[in-house]
Amino acid sequence: MTILEKAFIGGRRYWGWIAFLVAIIAVAGVLYLWQLSYGLAITGMSRDVTWGFYIAQMTFLVGVAASAVMVVGPYYLHHYKTFGRITILGEFLAVAAVTMCVLFVVVDLGQPSRALNVILYFNPSSIMFYDFLVLSGYLLLNLVIGWFVLSAEAKSTTPPSWVRPLIYLSIPWAISIHTVTAFLYAGLPGRELWLTAIMAPRFLASAFASGPSLLIILALIVRRFTRFDPGVQAIQKLASIVTYAMLANLFFVAMEFFTAFYSQIPGHMNGLSYLFFGLEGHSRLTPWMWTSMGLAVVALALLGVPATRKNEGIVGMAAAAIFIAAWIDKGIGLVVGGFIPNPLDEITEYSPTAPEVGITLGVYALGFLILTVLYRIATAVKEEVEVGSRSQLERIGG
Amino acid sequence: MYDANKIVPGLIVFLAFLTFPMWYDQATGQAANVPNPQIVTQETQCVEPKEVMRAAHMEMLNSWRDQTVREGTRVFQTTDGREYYKSLSDTCLNCHSNKTQFCDQCHNYAGVQPVCWDCHIAPKENE
Amino acid sequence: MRADRRTFLKVAGLTLLGLGMRPAVNAFAGGAPRTALLPAGVSSPTVASAPQIATPLVGSRWAMVVDVSKWAMDAKDCIEACNREHNIPQFKDPKEEIKWIWDETFDKVFADDTNQYMSADLKEMHLPVLCNHCDNPPCVRVCPTRATWKDESNGIVMMDMHRCIGCRFCVAACPYGSRSFNWKDPRLGLDMEHLSSSFPTRTRGVVEKCTFCYERLAKGLMPACVEASKNRALIFGDMGDPNSEVRRLVESHYTLVRKPNLGTRPQVYYIIS
Repeated sequence: MTILEKAFIGGRRYWGWIAFLVAIIAVAGVLYLWQLSYGLAITGMSRDVTWGFYIAQMTFLVGVAASAVMVVGPYYLHHYKTFGRITILGEFLAVAAVTMCVLFVVVDLGQPSRALNVILYFNPSSIMFYDFLVLSGYLLLNLVIGWFVLSAEAKSTTPPSWVRPLIYLSIPWAISIHTVTAFLYAGLPGRELWLTAIMAPRFLASAFASGPSLLIILALIVRRFTRFDPGVQAIQKLASIVTYAMLANLFFVAMEFFTAFYSQIPGHMNGLSYLFFGLEGHSRLTPWMWTSMGLAVVALALLGVPATRKNEGIVGMAAAAIFIAAWIDKGIGLVVGGFIPNPLDEITEYSPTAPEVGITLGVYALGFLILTVLYRIATAVKEEVEVGSRSQLERIGG
Repeated sequence: MYDANKIVPGLIVFLAFLTFPMWYDQATGQAANVPNPQIVTQETQCVEPKEVMRAAHMEMLNSWRDQTVREGTRVFQTTDGREYYKSLSDTCLNCHSNKTQFCDQCHNYAGVQPVCWDCHIAPKENE
Repeated sequence: MRADRRTFLKVAGLTLLGLGMRPAVNAFAGGAPRTALLPAGVSSPTVASAPQIATPLVGSRWAMVVDVSKWAMDAKDCIEACNREHNIPQFKDPKEEIKWIWDETFDKVFADDTNQYMSADLKEMHLPVLCNHCDNPPCVRVCPTRATWKDESNGIVMMDMHRCIGCRFCVAACPYGSRSFNWKDPRLGLDMEHLSSSFPTRTRGVVEKCTFCYERLAKGLMPACVEASKNRALIFGDMGDPNSEVRRLVESHYTLVRKPNLGTRPQVYYIIS
């Protein structure tokens, strides 16, 4: 794999960044060893709120991973040339994101050494089994596609013919990973906040807002630190996608509010009440939820007005705001909110503990490490190929 | 050879590390601690002959576990017709009630730490 | 192949080294290799003190009926019997609680059957809460490893602590909050000097819940809580037997089950009087 060696070529900033990430991973590793020996009691989870920060990150990152389809689909299916230089960044982001998803599930398991039981004794009626299958498959798909397309580019040739069907497969597969993850929640009879048919559509809308936002930020970083420019047009188009996706997401949230509060059914109202207004004096998450809404609205205004959208600096900030808003909504609000109130109408609130946050940061650092290495390879190849090879890209995309 | 004065000692050190498990116990005399499991029960017979138990007790316990918990078939018949419950705690530990002098003897020597004891309660022993 | 003397010596040396590996390893390992197969028939005197194998209780669909009016008298005994029998740890922090059967009030257990003008006596009436061993259990549906499954021969929703990976999907799926997860080593909440030897403790990282004392039923004993229920607040039996007490009680009284609209078909029936 000749393009792998490009990961080892870098200046002080590159290696400094990698060292920083490795340091975080090392600290998180020690914390995880503590969690393995003492138990998950070191987290803030409880008998009532049985999934917390770890699974929330997994849920959010599945969305980020799925969003690669937002650049791959238009480029390969509809020959949308503008995305020609950004597809590899999207695919590699998907690889890093799915890896983090799997890692977050592993750190959340009570008995991780038994994880293979999911394969050995699989249960075809368990959504978790299918989630495992589709996530692993998506990881492999994106890794293989990204690698072979990039390798071909590095050698100024076309990728092998079998790559194309894989690319086409990855498009519905991206939709499936997030739909299946939504099914984890949407089929549970006892959790009324989640028992809604629009859980999967909501997940997808939020994914297509958060993923491309991150991609915008990463593209801006890549342009700043390397000689590879994904293109002003591509970033503008991503901004449009983010805008419409976030609008759809907010629309879906509004729909949830309507059904809950117009019907006045307590089961439907309780979850949303806890999150946005507080319930029986418990309101730990309300500032977070309103911050999320505020960030989303401000960002949408900035992205909607042509004058501000043309300014890439503002686009970057709006993208960050949308990313954070989606992270709060899906990462914190949705997962924790589903457990409050509990099946006996009692409220146990949740906050992550310091070790929990530490381990979470470690997994993020590992994901960013993978992302850094993959992006290093991608940008190095692209930089070399840039000179007079635009026709090459058109051939691959056509 | 270039740098022979660095490479040869390095090789020797590497080989020493590689073969560490083979010579350490002999060198420090710990190899002399041969396991000596004690039988404390008056019973003369286990559920299976000694040779079988030595080789396959873990396989047997695993299958007992699945049969008792998952299939509900919890009565075991020995080759000579005695009936026992398929249970580590109720059957095995009933006779072998001295974990430190029996089970641990070989487990410690072989360096295995069966996770069974995380849950299954070892009988109290008089020290 | 060029076979000069130097090459020959190299190859020969390596071969000897390879051939010498096994004897060397055996010398260090000590002792002859073990025979692993069982000898044919072993003659033995019969041993007198093999344990008594009891006749198990058999039922096609185990269920429980709760006479709520008697529960207040039996609550403490029943809960303690279960906790003692199964070495259930007692943790003070409610976040880490492990509970298989416990006590709640009517307005929490049957929130949908509570109205604003109901007497305080009824709203605050105490009832037991435990796993309902549903006929259509969502927890079984979601378990990725079948560590929890429905035993079709007797209706019990079983738990295999050896297989559980601790993903807690079942805890999320249960609409009744019947399941507990071991957030840390349960032995930290137990008096290690006074453990019940009839049931193992569990370990951190696995889920547990009431299993209708399947291990006692197999030895012909009633569940621990039922046995401890001196005033017969808890009645246990085979709902599949048309002549069983539980069946006759449910047919002759108005009983409530928890959250019937969810389609889980719970098998714990409450007689409210």
